[in-house]
Amino acid sequence: MRRTLFESLTHGPLTEAPPAPDKVALDELARSVEHAARAKLGRSLSIREVDAGSCNGCELEIHALNNAFYDIERFGLRFVASPRHADVLLVTGPVTKNMREALLRTYNATPDPKWVVAIGACAVDGGIFAGSYAVEGGVKNVIPVDLHIRGCPPSPTELLKGLLALLENANRAA
Amino acid sequence: MAVLDNIPHENEINRHSPWPRAVVADAGWKNAIDLLEHGRCTLLGLWGDVSDVHMALLGDEVDDIAVVTYACKDNKYPSVGVSHPPAIRLERAIRDLFGAEAVGTPDARTWLDLGFWDVSEPLNQQKPASKPSPYIFLPVEGEGLHQIPVGPVHAGIIEPGHFRFTANGERVVRLEQRLGYVHKGVEKLMSGLPLERAAKLAGRTSGDSTVAYSYAFARASEAALNLEAPPRAVYLRALMAELERIANHFGDIGAICNDASFALMHAQTGILRERTLRAADACFGHRLMIDAIIPGGVARDIAPNGISAVRALLAEARKVFPRLVELYDNTASLQDRTVTTGIVRGEHARRFGAGGYVGRASGRNFDARRRPGYAPYGDLEFEVPVLDAGDVNARVWIRIREVEQSLSLIEQILDRLPDGKTTVPLKLSGEICEGMALAEAFRGDVLVWLRFDGEGRIARCHLRDASWFQWPLLEVAIEDNIVADFPLCNKSFNCSYSGHDL
Repeated sequence: MRRTLFESLTHGPLTEAPPAPDKVALDELARSVEHAARAKLGRSLSIREVDAGSCNGCELEIHALNNAFYDIERFGLRFVASPRHADVLLVTGPVTKNMREALLRTYNATPDPKWVVAIGACAVDGGIFAGSYAVEGGVKNVIPVDLHIRGCPPSPTELLKGLLALLENANRAA
Repeated sequence: MAVLDNIPHENEINRHSPWPRAVVADAGWKNAIDLLEHGRCTLLGLWGDVSDVHMALLGDEVDDIAVVTYACKDNKYPSVGVSHPPAIRLERAIRDLFGAEAVGTPDARTWLDLGFWDVSEPLNQQKPASKPSPYIFLPVEGEGLHQIPVGPVHAGIIEPGHFRFTANGERVVRLEQRLGYVHKGVEKLMSGLPLERAAKLAGRTSGDSTVAYSYAFARASEAALNLEAPPRAVYLRALMAELERIANHFGDIGAICNDASFALMHAQTGILRERTLRAADACFGHRLMIDAIIPGGVARDIAPNGISAVRALLAEARKVFPRLVELYDNTASLQDRTVTTGIVRGEHARRFGAGGYVGRASGRNFDARRRPGYAPYGDLEFEVPVLDAGDVNARVWIRIREVEQSLSLIEQILDRLPDGKTTVPLKLSGEICEGMALAEAFRGDVLVWLRFDGEGRIARCHLRDASWFQWPLLEVAIEDNIVADFPLCNKSFNCSYSGHDL
């Protein structure tokens, strides 16, 4: 363990030296997300993730935001366990009929002001699952959506870009 | 003796590949149930069709698989679950989707239909839904018991499902799962789809196993159409499958440790996972390799810089991973949480035909890459690690050993990658034909069975995730453990909700 910890100290953070080609985009994103988050919300924006029927691909990439390369917490963005602590709901999936009520309850449990970000192609309009007897066909059919981040699934970099867009959008609205 | 030799059957279906499918009457169906009940074969799947029920069986020999079909009478068939409990949830799902009733079933409650659909029997009669009756959880009686309902929305970034714990103090006396929340109607959507679109849908059954699903779907459709993917595509598919396997193993080994509050491991394996996804992206243009495998081959050849990206990943993993394994092995506080926690008994693993690390950590030596086996794994050298302890620790060790095996497999694949084409043209059959395939996903064997309608479209496709036979064992594994160890147990299984709910 000592060796691993020691190397972490001496090698410097991975976020400073990610491999090309992501580095440029990521560094750009890092700066702009930070400014916008500070302007609007000081240093904190709490995110609650809700899987409303995704294939779990989106969850994998949302998870990746927490790894050493993207380190989402350095922007003051962090994932919380309860909707009652959240400013933002990140919703994935086409919204299955079986999850509709759970999603509504989660939304209602989130205090205002709140934003909803729909993640992934099927959260937009049901995507490949559109037309099924078992899905609502997009998050906006169940709760109001402030922003869609497309992709199947969107990469962590695209997710960061999307969160930036949300912050700017929220600033304009305020 | 092949499994079908033990089952009296009528006609064998002509165009069903690569294993036989035979129609059985009551005697044959009962015979198959007897074989299951006495452990002489393993249930690979049980699924509905418009007026039939199909059951896939795995015999004792290497390539010994057969499907038996029972033609329902008045939409009824004799229950398998009454003698062989692993079939119970499958029968409940068949009831919800097709309306076919398992006569004699010990559990007639709904499973995937939670009462929110507009239709009932969506894959058959599509009747208007009737008012749902309340769902009754199994009774638990005794002094000092309390219940803890959890989900469907969980506290982390994970999939939805409901867990009903009954505890005495901290000790769990019963866990009952209620799943189906992410049911998207995949099998209904499949019907009538052209092959290309159906392959995309199959790849979205469970995102963490997208390669395995695309792999199994492609091989099932190639079996039906009597095609073989070119050698280069066969090797590239295996490269993708092993990259997917190590990405998931890296992520989950860390996540299990994180559930014991050992964040250092989580951070370190998270780095390895990210490096793996970036290598996959460099090779095939997508981090999770969604849609990279297509019927007939692979969607694109490996990028010119892909091979060096994977070699760099191998070098990094071989440098870092052994140190992390040592860290896991030498951290007493971590071992204290994982050793003897959440034990799955060997007899249960065998009876349920539990695949993947859940089975292999409990003495069930089964890996679809070996048995029935498929190309190119017959040409590659690898071991299938098996342990007997059946606890969280054993499941972690199986995954550690599998990472090591997969790193070796990836190297062999790169060294031997054949030249040539990466696809064969698809000649869609003018006849009705059926195909079936197993692929070893990181969590266990995925089964895909499909039928073409004679015009190149999918008439019926069934996808069976390994989770179907693992979820029930989690209910048993948690018994007598403390509530706080549930996240550890759950993560050490890491069953798919989406792959199960479809």
